[in-house]
Amino acid sequence: MSLHLDAVSKYYGSQAAVADVSFEASAGQIVGLLGPNGAGKSTTMKMICGYVTPDNGTVSILGKELSNSKIDLRKHIGYLPESNPLYEDMYIKEFLRFACRVHKLSNWKPRVERVVEMTGLTLEQHKLINQLSKGYRQRVGIAQAILHDPEILILDEPISGLDPNQLVEIRSLIKTLGEEKTVIFSSHILQEVEQICDRLLVLNQGQLVMDGSVVEFHSTSSGKAQVFVRFDKAVDLSMLLKEGDEMIKESQLSFTLLTHNPKKLKEDLFDFAVNKSVRISALTEKASSVEDVFKELTAKSE
Amino acid sequence: MRAIFLKDLGSFFSSLIGYIVLIGFLLILGLITWVFPDSSILENPYAQLDPLFSIAPLIFMFLIPALTMRSFAEEINRGTIELLFTKPISDIKLVLAKYLAYLSIVILALIPTFIYYYSVYELGAPKGNLDSGAIIGSYIGLFLLAAVYVAIGIFSSALTKNQISAFVVGCFLCFFFTWFFDFVSTLPMFYGSLDDLIEQLGIYYHYSALSKGLVTWKDVIYFLSITVYFIALTLQVLKSKRV
Repeated sequence: MSLHLDAVSKYYGSQAAVADVSFEASAGQIVGLLGPNGAGKSTTMKMICGYVTPDNGTVSILGKELSNSKIDLRKHIGYLPESNPLYEDMYIKEFLRFACRVHKLSNWKPRVERVVEMTGLTLEQHKLINQLSKGYRQRVGIAQAILHDPEILILDEPISGLDPNQLVEIRSLIKTLGEEKTVIFSSHILQEVEQICDRLLVLNQGQLVMDGSVVEFHSTSSGKAQVFVRFDKAVDLSMLLKEGDEMIKESQLSFTLLTHNPKKLKEDLFDFAVNKSVRISALTEKASSVEDVFKELTAKSE
Repeated sequence: MRAIFLKDLGSFFSSLIGYIVLIGFLLILGLITWVFPDSSILENPYAQLDPLFSIAPLIFMFLIPALTMRSFAEEINRGTIELLFTKPISDIKLVLAKYLAYLSIVILALIPTFIYYYSVYELGAPKGNLDSGAIIGSYIGLFLLAAVYVAIGIFSSALTKNQISAFVVGCFLCFFFTWFFDFVSTLPMFYGSLDDLIEQLGIYYHYSALSKGLVTWKDVIYFLSITVYFIALTLQVLKSKRV
């Protein structure tokens, strides 16, 4: 197990920023840390990096307790802080060279070249950091975090402020990195987390309210899927509804159906159309959104 | 440690402010030592560098906090301290690297003044008729003074994220440790009793002993202990930043 948190707590005054959080993560896993603002995501990440010392509990990196050999274990962690602090007056390569020196890495040139290419900074590589847009600065932040090829990568909101194209690139970069490393990744963009992560940890008010796969995350929902359908003729769909299903008649031709079993309902709709000799001109399904599940999970713990 | 040392040295020399501060320092020192009639060596019948060594502490009192004010304050303000705190580098190495970087800058600023020594050496009648021992002692004194001021400057910078506050606190602490005890010792209530002891607490007493060319262990140890004291305080401050 490359990362292990055992009943970790952190208090600021009497308020618990993180309370009794335990989880494990192994190599090849991308773990998404979800939670509203102030849920304790950043504090948890800072404790893993050794920037914040937990009041209770232990953080173990590669089987060793962090508090016993902080300096040594930091070599195995790559960290992108939420605010992505950088030395503005440095050139990208100068900054990455500095990061190489801090990690006492030999042959810095090929390393820097490699991460510049990986993070898509090649075109901008001769610029000063303060000349870069937010998206590129974010890439420089990721580049310094992966420069020393760490086993554990902690990325605090790595995709905030990126445009859609950059989002796709950074997302695939994180996925590639996650093949070998343990990646812990936090975000406000819930769909993003869903797309990148194998596993989700949901934090609320410092407590871990869920630890499971994306599928499990959705199954915890009591919300119903929405199926929108439009026919070319007016029809009566009431005979299709099962117990618990609901129907909203949008017009004579179109309906929104709420159901626990969207797959079965769609099959029924096709059979219905064939039997009644009507055509379906539109059929879409909207899964219960991550936001809905998220709201439910966090509301439960309150 | 090397990484931080080189970074701080590099960022100093890549900014215009750095050069302006150094040029300003040498300009003021040059004017006082050679141009202004009240203090000019050329107006003085003796071949010596006294004006340089008597004015330098006053200039250092402003120059060094001006140089060191950004050392930690800027890192705290920009948040890059979080980056440094999560890299495999211990706090002591971080502080020492920064300390040595800024001390090196001050030493670099002092090097051009060796020309003054050479000039006075050449101007002496007969040539070379000056007290080299006293001047070497004075330079050692100046170096030790810089060592203390840089430690004070770095400490003040670690206290805040505002560089101006760091500068003001730095200047105040330098002034306090240099002259305050000297002034207090002149109060009539201490006359004949504690005045010697109080005077010896201050930097000025030890600096003036050294600038007479009298290098004693007592003074050297005094300077080193104040330096170590402020480096240790800086470490404590950094520890408190790691929430």
